[in-house]
Amino acid sequence: MTVAIDTGRLLGMYEQMAVIRGTEKAAHDLFLAGLVKGTTHLAAGHEAVAVGTSAALEPDDYVFATYRGHHHAMARGATPAECLAELMSKATGVCKAKGGSMHLTKASAGMLGSYAIVGAHLPMAAGAAWSARLRGTNQVAVAFFGDGATNIGAFHEALNMAAVWALPVLFICENNLYMEYTPIGSVTAVEHPAADRAASYSMPAEVIDGNDVLVVAEAVGRAADRARSGGGPTVLEAQTYRHFGHSRTDPATYRPASELEEWLGRDPLSVARRRLSELGVSEDEVAAATARAEQVVADAVAEAKSADAADPAEAFTDVWADGGYQWRT
Amino acid sequence: MADVITYRDAVAEGLAREMRRDWSVVCLGEDIGAAGGVFKTTVGLFSEFGPDRVRDTPISEQAIVGMAMGAAMTGMRPVAEIMFSDFLACCWDYLANEIPKMRYMTGGQVTIPLVVRTANGGGLGFGAQHSQAVENWALAVPGLKVVAPSNPADVIGLLAAAVRCDDPVVFFEHKGLFASKGEAPPEGHFVPLGQAAIARPGSDVTVVALASTVPLALAAADELAATGVDVEVVDLRCLIPLDMATVLASVSKTSRLLIVEENPYQGGWGGTVASIVADEGFELLDAPIRRVAAACVPLPFADALEDQVIPTTDKVTAALQKLLAY
Repeated sequence: MTVAIDTGRLLGMYEQMAVIRGTEKAAHDLFLAGLVKGTTHLAAGHEAVAVGTSAALEPDDYVFATYRGHHHAMARGATPAECLAELMSKATGVCKAKGGSMHLTKASAGMLGSYAIVGAHLPMAAGAAWSARLRGTNQVAVAFFGDGATNIGAFHEALNMAAVWALPVLFICENNLYMEYTPIGSVTAVEHPAADRAASYSMPAEVIDGNDVLVVAEAVGRAADRARSGGGPTVLEAQTYRHFGHSRTDPATYRPASELEEWLGRDPLSVARRRLSELGVSEDEVAAATARAEQVVADAVAEAKSADAADPAEAFTDVWADGGYQWRT
Repeated sequence: MADVITYRDAVAEGLAREMRRDWSVVCLGEDIGAAGGVFKTTVGLFSEFGPDRVRDTPISEQAIVGMAMGAAMTGMRPVAEIMFSDFLACCWDYLANEIPKMRYMTGGQVTIPLVVRTANGGGLGFGAQHSQAVENWALAVPGLKVVAPSNPADVIGLLAAAVRCDDPVVFFEHKGLFASKGEAPPEGHFVPLGQAAIARPGSDVTVVALASTVPLALAAADELAATGVDVEVVDLRCLIPLDMATVLASVSKTSRLLIVEENPYQGGWGGTVASIVADEGFELLDAPIRRVAAACVPLPFADALEDQVIPTTDKVTAALQKLLAY
């Protein structure tokens, strides 16, 4: 499947990115208001990777994300309200408030988790792809990961196994230039931390503009087509930038102001608006989409705020498949 | 099938029975295919089930267990082999942080029905990196079921239960028991997880044992029987679920408890068993709870040194004599 540039579809992708952006801002504000505890790793700036990928996937494909994964959960169908409720320790949270910001999951939509141990989920995505092959389906699995994950062993083990077994899996790196607080280039031996490693595993790779939702959708579409037809895995390295720091406590003062300014000028929402304009979509239509997104977020904040707090009894459910936690007689 | 089967062949037989029954059971690991496994515990599987269901992997423990997890989350029942249990440390992230936590962290959205099989324990002179008994590592992680059979029939019956279990199971096969023989169980043999066995009934003292320490306890019991002492041996079979009801019932009969474990005393599973008996069975006891466990040193290579460190029949016999004299 190649992704046709369809204005209605692009407007929908823009609106979805606007919902994600608004939800991330709301999460930030709710944190400052003391309504979100722990930490958050906001994905504002990364929206095009999630939305572009999702647009190119089938509904039954699998997605595995990282602790910076709010955008992936929402792009695959988790609602802003259930995501915010999760962050706010509410009973209606997408994981019953048992996972929190770093573990948003929507298994019913094939979004099989957000993982907070860097790189751990790459083998899992390869395993899901293996499973699809064994079950005779046409599904692909996607692992999203940051540039920092490319220096951990699980990345390399997963790429090798996926290549040797020709698995239908896409490894999509969101290269936002910083491994937590450290420039990735200063701790990595190659220029493109994900894409340059692919050759070691005889795997095709592309470095793409991760802030252009159409570029992402087209690249993912090509890679998914290849995977489904037995052509094996692909590495995509999407260049992007986070608008916030690494996590809640990081003001990101290590980033040069000029760099930040440059990347804010390439904000995925601005890029999408420019694309829409080029395709003849009116400013009014874009403004209406923006307003709809703002309303969705406002409603989600209100819904999450008014939801019941998590039931303390839930601490003792869901350890085992029988729903309980008993470990002895 | 022969009436007698080795523990080693029981592993392959148990896997084959489950693979015949359920197409979604697949195996992966190093050298498990045509080579039949370095311990020959997967002999015959490759020829019967083919390369798609019996998959050789590179030396890549994180990928083996991580891929098993991904496959388990999406409709398969993988059985991953980690050759030596010492190597669990190479993929411990999956067993400590990923596999046991995802169901809980997602509020029950995902199910991870997988088995990680591994050859555990010492006594064969493999040195400190290939001889450890690490069942206590797995015991320390909420969300894992932990199984360690002591005889061939239990290997088959517990493997059936482990493969069919919708929870993740770490299945410890004891290296020192691979050559041991026992009764071959009939087709359909199934041993539920979390039910201890009375390996030998007795009335004077209870020995709680697991895997390799069951035959040690039985040998010590035989020695003491000649002196008129009647030892009851409880084979726990599993650490999680832990069948404390059977242990407490035995102690209520004997009033004395010795725990024999191959993992180190420090942090060993016997500490958990002892604490529960001390808490809930204090009034049943006529003597302190004693433990025979591995010494808190890395496993040495030479037989004469290794015997110093791990439990032996002589150590169990001596501990029982002291406990009975208390």
